[in-house]
Amino acid sequence: MKIAVCIKRVPDSETRVKISADGKSIDEAGVKFVMNPYDEFAVEEALRRKEKAGTGEVAVFCLGPAAAQETIRTALATGADRGVLLQVDKPPTDPFEAAKLIAAELKAGGAWDLILFGRLAIDDYNTQVGTLVAELLGLPCVTAVSHLDIDGTKGVAEREIEGGIEVVDFSLPAVLTTDKGLNEPRYPALKGIMAAKKKPLEVKPVQPGAGALEVVALMPPPDRKEGRIVGEGAGAVGELVRLLREEAKVL
Amino acid sequence: MKTLAVLEQRDGALRKVSSEVATAAGRLGVVDAVVCSSAGVEGCATAIAARAKSGGYDAVVFAATATGKDLAARVAAKLGVGVAMDVTDLSLEGNTVIATRPVYAGKAMQKVRVLGKPAVISVRPSVFMPPPDAKASQLEAESLSVGSPGRVVVREIKAAPAGTLDVAEAQVIISGGRGLKDPANFKVLEELARAFGGKAAVGASRAVVDAGWRAHADQVGQTGKTVSPSLYIAVGISGAIQHLAGMRTSKVIVAINKDKDAPIFKVADYGVVGDLFEIVPKLTEEIRKLHG
Repeated sequence: MKIAVCIKRVPDSETRVKISADGKSIDEAGVKFVMNPYDEFAVEEALRRKEKAGTGEVAVFCLGPAAAQETIRTALATGADRGVLLQVDKPPTDPFEAAKLIAAELKAGGAWDLILFGRLAIDDYNTQVGTLVAELLGLPCVTAVSHLDIDGTKGVAEREIEGGIEVVDFSLPAVLTTDKGLNEPRYPALKGIMAAKKKPLEVKPVQPGAGALEVVALMPPPDRKEGRIVGEGAGAVGELVRLLREEAKVL
Repeated sequence: MKTLAVLEQRDGALRKVSSEVATAAGRLGVVDAVVCSSAGVEGCATAIAARAKSGGYDAVVFAATATGKDLAARVAAKLGVGVAMDVTDLSLEGNTVIATRPVYAGKAMQKVRVLGKPAVISVRPSVFMPPPDAKASQLEAESLSVGSPGRVVVREIKAAPAGTLDVAEAQVIISGGRGLKDPANFKVLEELARAFGGKAAVGASRAVVDAGWRAHADQVGQTGKTVSPSLYIAVGISGAIQHLAGMRTSKVIVAINKDKDAPIFKVADYGVVGDLFEIVPKLTEEIRKLHG
């Protein structure tokens, strides 16, 4: 099985966001960057599919700054075969511009059986690059996959929807975006980390277009007004209910 | 601005979020509404994109639900643009859509000019509330017919047990964390949810989902669902930054925790300090009286 996994370098989920002086982006000083958590499910799924098939290739693609080589090495350390960094100074704001660059690279890389993405990146929350790439490549796409069965060129995926689970039939080759629950991602072993240093990692500078989503401002979330402790123990419940009814008007 | 609202339907009925999509689209101008009920996801995307093109719409608005986000991206790609996803505020600057959307899991808000023609947008559920008397069933939507269903087809929907409401759609959410001590104790929260008479859902923190106590579908937070109910009650949840990210846009937040220094009290409008196993049953009793 020939599998492409597309990953992104993002700030760790525990990061406290500080807005930079330009008022349009975050201040990256002191921020710890990691592989997007949803992409870990994609990498793991690719490795398992290859292991199951007994043959094939897992190639990792990342659109990001030079420092994202480290993110790719993490994927190589868990067992991916090679990496490609589509190097930009900054990933584009418009997800369609990102998708165009990734789709062009995947197309040049030949015929993939599976192309995997995380279902969303926890920085920009665009939740669409995988789908856009699928459309650009003319491939079927299933998003937010939490369970997957593949038999030859036929696949069945499950995805969480509001109030239930959708069971979807699709054909391969396909683009899938992965959700929590699909698998339990492995940690890189020391041996893998050593081996990753010798695996091929190609760096290709690319130039994103301006795109059609223009950031006007990045702002802190609206402040919540200072709350109060109503009281202690079950005795405070009466007052809590009164406040919810009369002051907050939510009951 | 000529706007196309793409409504959502399941089992033959429009979903509640549909009236929110129409409300959001109405902020941008004159609205036409369509709905596609085919199980062929690609077929629907093709039909909606064709309608958006032929109708010469300036904006196309979807719900940022699991189905809506998926569809919005497919349609946008066919129209040659990206999606302003999961928008919580919309306005017009001349003839340009300005959208505000939470990023970094709600730790920041990104305001963008949506310059694509058309502008493709998905709106977060429970944000663009229609007037109280509006009902989804009163919306008039054109039902789009689908040519070929395509290569991605929904075979079935395994529905959650009857009476369980999804956290992403509930007006009231009662979430539990490690303070519950045991998965069986979530019944205390389920009873409180029931007291709200079908309006409330039970959510969970990442810690208890990772521990296998609750399903991932119930998880609120950065790697779970982002929710904006009118009332969020956090029970035995300390308030890790990744949890706060998922619920801080709730209209009113109540925290019940034995640790008065828990970070959850910093975002809560009302806090009660103490033993949840005494406080929650008392609250259930009071709510039952109100809804009696």
